[in-house]
Amino acid sequence: MSTNLRQKLLILYLHSPDLKSKVVAWSAYDGTGRDQNTSGESEEPPYSSVVDAMEDGWRVVQFPQQFPAYPGSEYTTSYLKFEYILEKLEDRND
Amino acid sequence: MTDHLLDTRQMARFAADGFLRWDALVPVDLNEAVCRQMEEGIPRATAGRPLDKAWPDTPIAEVFRMPEIQGITRSLVGPDPLYDHHAVHTVDAGREQGQIWHADAIIDTRTHFDIQFFYFAHDTPREMGGTMFLPGSHYRRISESDIARYQNFLGQTPMVCEAGTVAVAHHGIWHCAQPNLTDAKRYMFKLRLNPTVKQCRLWNTTDLDDPEIGKILGTNHGWYGNEVRLEVVNRIKFWRFLTGNESFDVSYWLSRLENTPETELAAS
Repeated sequence: MSTNLRQKLLILYLHSPDLKSKVVAWSAYDGTGRDQNTSGESEEPPYSSVVDAMEDGWRVVQFPQQFPAYPGSEYTTSYLKFEYILEKLEDRND
Repeated sequence: MTDHLLDTRQMARFAADGFLRWDALVPVDLNEAVCRQMEEGIPRATAGRPLDKAWPDTPIAEVFRMPEIQGITRSLVGPDPLYDHHAVHTVDAGREQGQIWHADAIIDTRTHFDIQFFYFAHDTPREMGGTMFLPGSHYRRISESDIARYQNFLGQTPMVCEAGTVAVAHHGIWHCAQPNLTDAKRYMFKLRLNPTVKQCRLWNTTDLDDPEIGKILGTNHGWYGNEVRLEVVNRIKFWRFLTGNESFDVSYWLSRLENTPETELAAS
Protein backbone atom coordinates (compact mmCIF):
# COMPACT_ATOMS: atom_id res chain seq x y z
CA MET A 1 0.00 0.00 0.00
CA SER A 2 1.32 3.44 -0.90
CA THR A 3 2.18 5.59 2.10
CA ASN A 4 0.74 8.51 0.17
CA LEU A 5 -2.81 7.19 0.37
CA ARG A 6 -5.12 9.45 2.32
CA GLN A 7 -8.73 9.03 3.38
CA LYS A 8 -11.57 11.02 1.88
CA LEU A 9 -14.89 10.93 3.72
CA LEU A 10 -18.30 11.44 2.21
CA ILE A 11 -21.25 11.66 4.60
CA LEU A 12 -24.66 11.13 3.08
CA TYR A 13 -27.95 11.67 4.89
CA LEU A 14 -30.83 9.71 3.42
CA HIS A 15 -34.58 10.03 3.22
CA SER A 16 -34.96 6.67 4.98
CA PRO A 17 -32.72 3.79 6.19
CA ASP A 18 -32.94 2.26 2.71
CA LEU A 19 -29.51 2.68 1.12
CA LYS A 20 -31.21 3.28 -2.20
CA SER A 21 -33.29 6.17 -0.86
CA LYS A 22 -32.68 9.79 -1.81
CA VAL A 23 -29.81 11.89 -0.41
CA VAL A 24 -31.24 14.86 1.50
CA ALA A 25 -28.05 16.30 3.00
CA TRP A 26 -24.32 15.75 2.48
CA SER A 27 -20.83 16.65 3.67
CA ALA A 28 -17.30 15.87 2.49
CA TYR A 29 -13.94 15.90 4.27
CA ASP A 30 -10.80 15.41 2.20
CA GLY A 31 -7.66 13.99 3.84
CA THR A 32 -5.58 14.60 0.70
CA GLY A 33 -5.85 18.32 1.37
CA ARG A 34 -7.03 19.10 -2.14
CA ASP A 35 -10.63 20.05 -1.36
CA GLN A 36 -11.58 22.46 1.40
CA ASN A 37 -15.26 21.67 1.68
CA THR A 38 -17.45 24.11 3.56
CA SER A 39 -21.03 24.88 4.51
CA GLY A 40 -23.53 25.76 1.81
CA GLU A 41 -21.20 25.10 -1.12
CA SER A 42 -23.54 23.05 -3.31
CA GLU A 43 -27.22 22.90 -4.09
CA GLU A 44 -27.27 19.34 -5.44
CA PRO A 45 -25.87 16.22 -3.75
CA PRO A 46 -22.88 14.48 -5.37
CA TYR A 47 -24.80 11.19 -5.55
CA SER A 48 -28.47 10.34 -5.60
CA SER A 49 -28.15 7.59 -2.95
CA VAL A 50 -25.61 5.58 -0.97
CA VAL A 51 -25.80 2.77 -3.54
CA ASP A 52 -25.12 5.32 -6.27
CA ALA A 53 -21.95 6.36 -4.40
CA MET A 54 -20.95 2.70 -3.85
CA GLU A 55 -21.18 2.14 -7.59
CA ASP A 56 -18.60 4.93 -7.96
CA GLY A 57 -16.15 3.23 -5.62
CA TRP A 58 -17.07 4.68 -2.22
CA ARG A 59 -16.97 2.17 0.66
CA VAL A 60 -19.52 2.40 3.45
CA VAL A 61 -17.67 2.50 6.79
CA GLN A 62 -20.50 3.37 9.18
CA PHE A 63 -24.21 2.69 9.34
CA PRO A 64 -26.61 4.56 11.62
CA GLN A 65 -28.02 2.52 14.46
CA GLN A 66 -31.74 2.71 14.96
CA PHE A 67 -33.36 3.20 18.32
CA PRO A 68 -37.01 3.35 19.33
CA ALA A 69 -38.21 6.76 20.51
CA TYR A 70 -37.66 7.45 24.20
CA PRO A 71 -40.99 7.64 26.05
CA GLY A 72 -42.10 11.26 26.05
CA SER A 73 -39.92 12.16 23.08
CA GLU A 74 -41.86 10.43 20.34
CA TYR A 75 -42.41 13.66 18.37
CA THR A 76 -39.15 15.38 19.18
CA THR A 77 -36.87 15.97 16.21
CA SER A 78 -33.17 16.64 16.40
CA TYR A 79 -30.24 15.36 14.29
CA LEU A 80 -30.65 13.71 10.92
CA LYS A 81 -31.24 10.02 11.59
CA PHE A 82 -30.00 8.23 8.51
CA GLU A 83 -26.33 9.19 8.34
CA TYR A 84 -24.00 6.98 6.28
CA ILE A 85 -20.25 7.55 6.31
CA LEU A 86 -18.32 6.46 3.21
CA GLU A 87 -14.62 6.51 2.37
CA LYS A 88 -12.23 6.43 -0.52
CA LEU A 89 -8.47 6.23 -0.37
CA GLU A 90 -6.63 8.48 -2.80
CA ASP A 91 -2.99 9.27 -3.41
CA ARG A 92 -2.35 12.75 -2.09
CA ASN A 93 0.12 13.37 -4.92
CA ASP A 94 -2.28 12.54 -7.76
CA MET B 1 -53.98 48.48 15.65
CA THR B 2 -53.64 46.38 12.49
CA ASP B 3 -51.28 48.55 10.42
CA HIS B 4 -48.21 46.57 9.42
CA LEU B 5 -49.16 43.55 11.52
CA LEU B 6 -48.48 40.21 9.89
CA ASP B 7 -51.43 38.34 8.43
CA THR B 8 -52.28 34.73 9.16
CA ARG B 9 -50.65 33.39 6.00
CA GLN B 10 -47.40 35.07 6.98
CA MET B 11 -47.66 33.62 10.48
CA ALA B 12 -48.24 30.15 9.02
CA ARG B 13 -45.21 30.62 6.80
CA PHE B 14 -43.21 31.58 9.91
CA ALA B 15 -44.48 28.45 11.66
CA ALA B 16 -43.52 26.24 8.71
CA ASP B 17 -40.24 27.81 7.57
CA GLY B 18 -39.01 29.43 10.79
CA PHE B 19 -38.32 32.78 9.13
CA LEU B 20 -39.77 35.53 6.97
CA ARG B 21 -38.06 38.15 4.82
CA TRP B 22 -38.83 41.60 3.44
CA ASP B 23 -36.65 42.82 0.60
CA ALA B 24 -35.37 46.41 0.53
CA LEU B 25 -37.65 47.35 3.43
CA VAL B 26 -35.36 49.93 5.03
CA PRO B 27 -34.85 53.20 3.07
CA VAL B 28 -31.54 53.87 1.34
CA ASP B 29 -30.46 56.84 3.46
CA LEU B 30 -31.10 54.96 6.68
CA ASN B 31 -29.15 51.92 5.40
CA GLU B 32 -26.19 54.17 4.65
CA ALA B 33 -26.35 55.73 8.11
CA VAL B 34 -26.46 52.28 9.74
CA CYS B 35 -23.48 51.12 7.66
CA ARG B 36 -21.48 54.03 9.03
CA GLN B 37 -22.67 53.25 12.54
CA MET B 38 -21.70 49.57 12.22
CA GLU B 39 -18.20 50.53 11.11
CA GLU B 40 -17.86 52.61 14.26
CA GLY B 41 -19.32 49.87 16.45
CA ILE B 42 -22.65 49.68 18.25
CA PRO B 43 -22.28 49.08 22.00
CA ARG B 44 -24.49 46.40 23.49
CA ALA B 45 -27.25 47.30 25.89
CA THR B 46 -28.12 45.38 29.04
CA ALA B 47 -29.95 42.12 28.39
CA GLY B 48 -33.53 42.11 29.61
CA ARG B 49 -34.19 45.85 29.17
CA PRO B 50 -37.30 46.95 27.29
CA LEU B 51 -36.36 47.31 23.63
CA ASP B 52 -37.51 50.93 23.51
CA LYS B 53 -34.95 51.79 26.20
CA ALA B 54 -32.10 49.71 24.80
CA TRP B 55 -30.39 52.27 22.59
CA PRO B 56 -29.89 56.01 22.38
CA ASP B 57 -31.38 57.83 19.40
CA THR B 58 -29.15 56.47 16.64
CA PRO B 59 -29.77 55.15 13.09
CA ILE B 60 -30.10 51.54 14.24
CA ALA B 61 -32.71 52.57 16.81
CA GLU B 62 -34.56 54.38 14.03
CA VAL B 63 -34.68 51.17 11.96
CA PHE B 64 -36.40 49.30 14.79
CA ARG B 65 -38.84 52.18 15.28
CA MET B 66 -40.02 51.92 11.66
CA PRO B 67 -43.76 51.12 11.63
CA GLU B 68 -43.14 48.09 9.43
CA ILE B 69 -40.58 46.65 11.85
CA GLN B 70 -42.81 47.49 14.81
CA GLY B 71 -45.65 45.57 13.15
CA ILE B 72 -43.46 42.50 12.60
CA THR B 73 -42.19 42.67 16.18
CA ARG B 74 -45.62 43.14 17.71
CA SER B 75 -47.06 40.24 15.69
CA LEU B 76 -44.43 37.81 16.93
CA VAL B 77 -43.36 38.85 20.44
CA GLY B 78 -45.99 41.41 21.44
CA PRO B 79 -46.02 45.11 22.21
CA ASP B 80 -43.28 45.36 24.82
CA PRO B 81 -40.46 42.98 23.93
CA LEU B 82 -37.22 42.78 25.83
CA TYR B 83 -33.84 43.41 24.29
CA ASP B 84 -31.77 40.22 24.57
CA HIS B 85 -28.61 41.13 22.67
CA HIS B 86 -27.42 42.36 19.33
CA ALA B 87 -24.31 41.77 17.25
CA VAL B 88 -22.69 43.36 14.23
CA HIS B 89 -21.63 40.26 12.32
CA THR B 90 -18.89 40.65 9.74
CA VAL B 91 -17.23 38.40 7.17
CA ASP B 92 -13.86 39.61 5.96
CA ALA B 93 -13.19 40.16 2.27
CA GLY B 94 -11.79 37.10 0.53
CA ARG B 95 -12.91 34.61 3.18
CA GLU B 96 -13.41 31.29 1.36
CA GLN B 97 -14.71 29.18 4.24
CA GLY B 98 -18.29 29.36 5.39
CA GLN B 99 -19.26 29.38 9.04
CA ILE B 100 -20.32 26.07 10.55
CA TRP B 101 -24.04 25.41 10.76
CA HIS B 102 -25.45 26.28 14.16
CA ALA B 103 -28.47 27.60 16.02
CA ASP B 104 -28.16 30.57 18.36
CA ALA B 105 -29.18 28.74 21.47
CA ILE B 106 -28.66 25.82 23.72
CA ILE B 107 -31.48 23.30 23.73
CA ASP B 108 -34.62 25.35 24.26
CA THR B 109 -37.72 23.40 25.27
CA ARG B 110 -40.14 26.33 25.35
CA THR B 111 -43.07 26.75 23.01
CA HIS B 112 -42.74 30.47 23.62
CA PHE B 113 -40.08 31.75 21.29
CA ASP B 114 -37.62 34.57 20.83
CA ILE B 115 -37.11 36.22 17.47
CA GLN B 116 -33.96 37.33 15.76
CA PHE B 117 -33.82 40.08 13.17
CA PHE B 118 -31.19 39.74 10.45
CA TYR B 119 -30.76 43.16 8.82
CA PHE B 120 -28.66 43.51 5.67
CA ALA B 121 -27.88 47.22 5.33
CA HIS B 122 -25.91 46.90 2.10
CA ASP B 123 -26.35 44.84 -1.07
CA THR B 124 -25.47 41.19 -0.48
CA PRO B 125 -24.93 39.22 -3.71
CA ARG B 126 -24.25 35.47 -3.54
CA GLU B 127 -20.49 35.92 -3.92
CA MET B 128 -20.62 38.00 -0.75
CA GLY B 129 -22.31 35.20 1.07
CA GLY B 130 -25.40 36.18 2.90
CA THR B 131 -26.62 34.19 5.84
CA MET B 132 -27.69 30.68 4.85
CA PHE B 133 -30.94 29.52 6.46
CA LEU B 134 -32.31 26.01 6.64
CA PRO B 135 -36.09 26.38 6.29
CA GLY B 136 -38.08 24.30 8.75
CA SER B 137 -35.17 23.56 11.12
CA HIS B 138 -36.39 25.60 14.09
CA TYR B 139 -38.20 22.85 16.04
CA ARG B 140 -35.15 20.58 16.15
CA ARG B 141 -33.65 20.24 19.61
CA ILE B 142 -29.93 20.72 19.27
CA SER B 143 -27.35 22.68 21.18
CA GLU B 144 -25.69 25.48 19.18
CA SER B 145 -22.95 24.03 16.94
CA ASP B 146 -23.69 20.34 17.57
CA ILE B 147 -24.77 20.30 13.92
CA ALA B 148 -21.40 21.48 12.59
CA ARG B 149 -20.67 18.20 10.78
CA TYR B 150 -23.43 18.97 8.26
CA GLN B 151 -22.44 21.03 5.22
CA ASN B 152 -25.29 20.99 2.70
CA PHE B 153 -29.01 20.32 2.74
CA LEU B 154 -31.66 20.17 0.06
CA GLY B 155 -33.50 23.49 0.19
CA GLN B 156 -30.86 25.51 2.07
CA THR B 157 -31.59 29.15 1.35
CA PRO B 158 -29.01 31.94 1.21
CA MET B 159 -30.00 35.50 1.97
CA VAL B 160 -29.04 37.08 -1.34
CA CYS B 161 -30.57 40.50 -1.19
CA GLU B 162 -30.60 44.22 -1.81
CA ALA B 163 -29.66 46.77 0.82
CA GLY B 164 -32.36 47.25 3.42
CA THR B 165 -33.54 43.65 3.46
CA VAL B 166 -34.75 42.30 6.78
CA ALA B 167 -35.38 38.72 7.83
CA VAL B 168 -36.91 37.65 11.12
CA ALA B 169 -36.36 34.15 12.42
CA HIS B 170 -37.47 31.85 15.23
CA HIS B 171 -34.60 31.47 17.71
CA GLY B 172 -34.14 27.83 16.78
CA ILE B 173 -33.42 28.31 13.08
CA TRP B 174 -30.28 26.61 11.74
CA HIS B 175 -28.06 29.04 9.88
CA CYS B 176 -24.49 29.90 8.95
CA ALA B 177 -22.59 32.80 7.43
CA GLN B 178 -21.42 32.12 3.89
CA PRO B 179 -18.00 32.78 2.33
CA ASN B 180 -17.30 36.30 1.13
CA LEU B 181 -15.40 36.16 -2.17
CA THR B 182 -15.59 39.91 -2.82
CA ASP B 183 -13.07 42.60 -1.94
CA ALA B 184 -15.37 44.23 0.60
CA LYS B 185 -16.14 43.32 4.21
CA ARG B 186 -19.68 42.09 4.71
CA TYR B 187 -21.87 43.36 7.55
CA MET B 188 -25.09 42.01 8.99
CA PHE B 189 -26.87 43.35 12.06
CA LYS B 190 -28.60 40.81 14.27
CA LEU B 191 -30.98 41.56 17.14
CA ARG B 192 -32.65 39.09 19.49
CA LEU B 193 -35.87 39.95 21.28
CA ASN B 194 -37.83 38.14 24.01
CA PRO B 195 -41.62 38.20 24.45
CA THR B 196 -43.28 39.55 27.57
CA VAL B 197 -46.78 38.29 26.79
CA LYS B 198 -48.31 34.98 25.77
CA GLN B 199 -47.70 34.74 22.03
CA CYS B 200 -51.33 34.06 21.16
CA ARG B 201 -53.12 35.86 18.29
CA LEU B 202 -50.81 38.87 18.33
CA TRP B 203 -51.02 39.38 14.55
CA ASN B 204 -53.92 40.53 12.34
CA THR B 205 -56.21 37.52 12.64
CA THR B 206 -58.99 38.64 10.30
CA ASP B 207 -57.94 35.86 7.91
CA LEU B 208 -57.50 33.23 10.64
CA ASP B 209 -59.63 30.65 8.81
CA ASP B 210 -57.88 31.03 5.46
CA PRO B 211 -58.06 27.57 3.81
CA GLU B 212 -54.45 27.91 2.69
CA ILE B 213 -53.14 27.72 6.27
CA GLY B 214 -53.18 23.91 6.42
CA LYS B 215 -51.32 23.69 3.10
CA ILE B 216 -48.66 26.12 4.29
CA LEU B 217 -48.19 24.22 7.55
CA GLY B 218 -47.89 21.00 5.56
CA THR B 219 -44.91 22.27 3.55
CA ASN B 220 -42.25 19.62 2.90
CA HIS B 221 -38.78 21.18 2.74
CA GLY B 222 -37.25 17.87 1.68
CA TRP B 223 -34.11 17.76 3.81
CA TYR B 224 -35.69 15.89 6.74
CA GLY B 225 -36.78 12.98 4.54
CA ASN B 226 -39.08 10.50 6.24
CA GLU B 227 -39.51 12.77 9.29
CA VAL B 228 -41.78 15.18 7.41
CA ARG B 229 -44.83 13.97 9.34
CA LEU B 230 -43.12 14.65 12.65
CA GLU B 231 -42.28 18.14 11.43
CA VAL B 232 -45.93 18.75 10.58
CA VAL B 233 -47.02 17.47 14.00
CA ASN B 234 -44.68 19.98 15.65
CA ARG B 235 -46.12 22.77 13.49
CA ILE B 236 -49.66 21.76 14.45
CA LYS B 237 -48.71 21.96 18.14
CA PHE B 238 -47.10 25.37 17.56
CA TRP B 239 -50.16 26.60 15.67
CA ARG B 240 -52.42 25.51 18.53
CA PHE B 241 -50.22 27.56 20.87
CA LEU B 242 -50.28 30.58 18.55
CA THR B 243 -54.04 30.53 17.97
CA GLY B 244 -55.36 29.07 21.21
CA ASN B 245 -57.33 26.55 19.15
CA GLU B 246 -56.59 23.22 20.82
CA SER B 247 -58.50 21.24 18.19
CA PHE B 248 -56.64 22.63 15.19
CA ASP B 249 -55.22 19.92 12.95
CA VAL B 250 -53.69 19.31 9.54
CA SER B 251 -54.63 16.13 7.67
CA TYR B 252 -55.96 14.54 10.90
CA TRP B 253 -52.42 13.86 12.19
CA LEU B 254 -53.01 14.77 15.84
CA SER B 255 -56.74 14.07 16.02
CA ARG B 256 -56.06 10.43 15.20
CA LEU B 257 -53.54 10.17 18.04
CA GLU B 258 -55.84 11.97 20.48
CA ASN B 259 -58.67 9.53 19.85
CA THR B 260 -58.55 7.35 22.97
CA PRO B 261 -62.10 6.02 23.43
CA GLU B 262 -61.10 3.54 26.13
CA THR B 263 -59.92 6.40 28.38
CA GLU B 264 -63.14 8.33 27.89
CA LEU B 265 -65.24 5.25 28.58
CA ALA B 266 -63.34 4.60 31.81
CA ALA B 267 -63.83 8.21 32.91
CA SER B 268 -67.59 7.99 32.35
